[in-house]
Amino acid sequence: MEAVQNSQEKPIAVQMSGIVKHFPGVLANDHVDFTLLKGEIHALLGENGAGKSTLMNILAGLYHPDAGTIVVNGKICHFNSPRDAIHAGIGMIHQHFMLVPSMTVTENILLGLEEPRFRLRLPYYDEQISALGERFGMKVDPKARIWQLSVGEQQRVEILKMLYRGAEILIMDEPTAVLAPAEVEELFHTLRRMREEGKSIIFISHKLNEVTSIADRVTVLRRGKVTAAGLPLAGVSRAELARLMVGREVVFNIQKKPVQPGEVVLKVENLHALNDRGLPALRGVSFEVRRGEIVGLAGVAGNGQRELAEVITCMRKAEKGHVWVGGEEITNCNVSKGIRKGVAHIPEDRNHVGTAPNLSVTDNVILKKYKEPPIASGWMLNHVAATGYAEDLKKGFEILVPTVETPVRLLSGGNLQRVILAREISAQPQLLIAVQPTRGLDVGAIEGVHRLLLAQREAGAAILLISEELEELIDLSDRILGIYEGQIMGEVTDGNIEAIGLMMTGTRLENAPVSQEAHHE
Amino acid sequence: MEAFLVGLIAATLRVATPLILGTLGELFSERSGILNLGIEGTMFLGAFTGFAVAYLTGSLWLGLLAAVLAGMLAGLLMGLFTVTLGVNQHVSGLGITLLMTGISLFLYRVIFGERSVQPSIPTFPKVSPFGDTPVLGPIFEQYLLTYIAIALVPLVWWLLYRTSFGLRLRAVGENPEAADAAGVNVFRIRYIALAIGGGLMAAGGAFLSLAQLGSFIFGIIAGRGWVCIALIIFANWIPSRVLWGALLFGGVSALQLRLQATGAQLPYELFLALPYLVTILALVLAGRSAAAPAALLKPYRRE
Repeated sequence: MEAVQNSQEKPIAVQMSGIVKHFPGVLANDHVDFTLLKGEIHALLGENGAGKSTLMNILAGLYHPDAGTIVVNGKICHFNSPRDAIHAGIGMIHQHFMLVPSMTVTENILLGLEEPRFRLRLPYYDEQISALGERFGMKVDPKARIWQLSVGEQQRVEILKMLYRGAEILIMDEPTAVLAPAEVEELFHTLRRMREEGKSIIFISHKLNEVTSIADRVTVLRRGKVTAAGLPLAGVSRAELARLMVGREVVFNIQKKPVQPGEVVLKVENLHALNDRGLPALRGVSFEVRRGEIVGLAGVAGNGQRELAEVITCMRKAEKGHVWVGGEEITNCNVSKGIRKGVAHIPEDRNHVGTAPNLSVTDNVILKKYKEPPIASGWMLNHVAATGYAEDLKKGFEILVPTVETPVRLLSGGNLQRVILAREISAQPQLLIAVQPTRGLDVGAIEGVHRLLLAQREAGAAILLISEELEELIDLSDRILGIYEGQIMGEVTDGNIEAIGLMMTGTRLENAPVSQEAHHE
Repeated sequence: MEAFLVGLIAATLRVATPLILGTLGELFSERSGILNLGIEGTMFLGAFTGFAVAYLTGSLWLGLLAAVLAGMLAGLLMGLFTVTLGVNQHVSGLGITLLMTGISLFLYRVIFGERSVQPSIPTFPKVSPFGDTPVLGPIFEQYLLTYIAIALVPLVWWLLYRTSFGLRLRAVGENPEAADAAGVNVFRIRYIALAIGGGLMAAGGAFLSLAQLGSFIFGIIAGRGWVCIALIIFANWIPSRVLWGALLFGGVSALQLRLQATGAQLPYELFLALPYLVTILALVLAGRSAAAPAALLKPYRRE
């Protein structure tokens, strides 16, 4: 048979019509129609809260729709649980992996299956899973334990789990949010391979560049409604997609005012540190950040970025080397001294390191101010002053929250990040360490974060921006350093994306500082 | 010297038996994510039920069976509190211990009344596979339950690591959300684990009344349940290390009795404390690398 060229001729795999889903106070899906063809990669695009995940959770059997029908391969389906959906060949891969860290890949895949009935016979199943992985171009050691695997590898295990259960339709919920750029490429390779084998894939995302590079068609949701249904991606511009998604044109090129960098604020010299497993994470890192400049740090996840941020903010011990802030050494001092020296930190993990989830907005924004009057009143807290302060920040930073007494765990990612930015920036820091500040945020929220960072730059703060979003680094940074296996690979000042890519994959540029480690070896 | 060592080794195996059974029982429970502090009371219940049923029916095996069933019920009750109702596991466990101790003493009084001489029964006979052979003979002259307890160690290992039931049990104790998402019934697996665990704990208690003593007294368990809680940490939740931990504690207990008998000029309480001191020391040394099941103490709720 001839290869089917025209998408019109492909059979329909899933037809969702008139899907309505209410949550208390929110209409998450408002008569949504969605059609998935067999053997296509279909992107589901929309901002956070547009109803993408709700729609897919309905298809995966996690939620019941209030109205609407689901037809899979020509049969009307009513799913009561994810198990029912899997029986119909639909598997969803969530953002939070459902894996048991202490168990092997094979054990995780076999968990909960009818077969094997009692005896496990792991060697036999190890081979089966290896073979399945090879068929789809995914290399995974079936005997490896989950905790030993990188995030990308863990995601492969989740995909294998679904394929092993016979899924013909895979729903991927923002699969690239947790991946490094190189891993994204590998994932895309796997997805294409699955498409060749006739599987249908739904790719949930709010990243335009990924959608345009992987998907065949796109359905766009905005506030629970479809704004584009099954649009073929060939010939659609990114600006057009962005407009469908947010309802207005998004400015892609941020206007950066020229700022003349001032004196050195942060100076790091020959820094060495260990990671959580006691292995070297930083191996002789040296660089400077000046007043009024944003220095970007590019690197694939796990090359020492997190450890570097933690050493500078005094949350991790430096084994060797020095950190100066404003001319004063703060190496291995305690966190509060760093704060007094004007170091602000936007941590990678905003739910645990960045905020105390069960405390109110007020309590969270005063965490670094509670010792100073007027919030401190002797050894007591002045509640009126604290609330007033929080109200000011709520207005100034446009934090969308009913009252400042609301626990921050109820806030969306973008609002939570605004709480953290409000607290950190209002301290008028001389040094701001921002780690993945826009990860998982929607387009509107990302824009807001970018504006705030640029405003800090103009106000004369020194900013170290650690990010895996290359576009973000290029848009915002005055200089970009590359980090690879705990060493600085060089510096790029003209946004040359090829040079950045070289540094991230371990090529030392000519302007790279000579690692001090070399002298000792 | 030879007689001393032979006696010491034989006593070690005997003292270790209820600890092996109790700790394996705790292993099932904790590997599923439930810390069962009801162990002390469940062992007491086992000792009582075993004795009472054996006394009334005249069958030691029926007594043992009844003890195991009673222990399983105690495990299921623990499940009602911690699995279904999601009550704090420490509080539930201590409650079970108090409740089971009280019920056992109450029923003992109801059945046997107030007596000046404690009722007693003939105990399980010892088996002696090596007969009168010197050294091997007396060392391996043990109760059948001792052999069963030791044989259970590899069996439990096989069940945990080489069967789909064991896979589910471990998954439920490490990441119940993932297990649930994979189609495992978290609640059912935890109930089963608690029932098996309770049965083993009660068997450990019944060993004391049916094999070692032949009677039932208030201090029959004497904190052995709490020792099992320490041993499970020492064993790092691994079946084979349960055996070594129990033998270590049993060995020191057997040794201190013999040291007391040497007539050393030291207060006897010091010797009595020796096994517990060694347990604490071993815990300090082993506890550093302890890797408890990740979901231990966390009640599971379906969203």
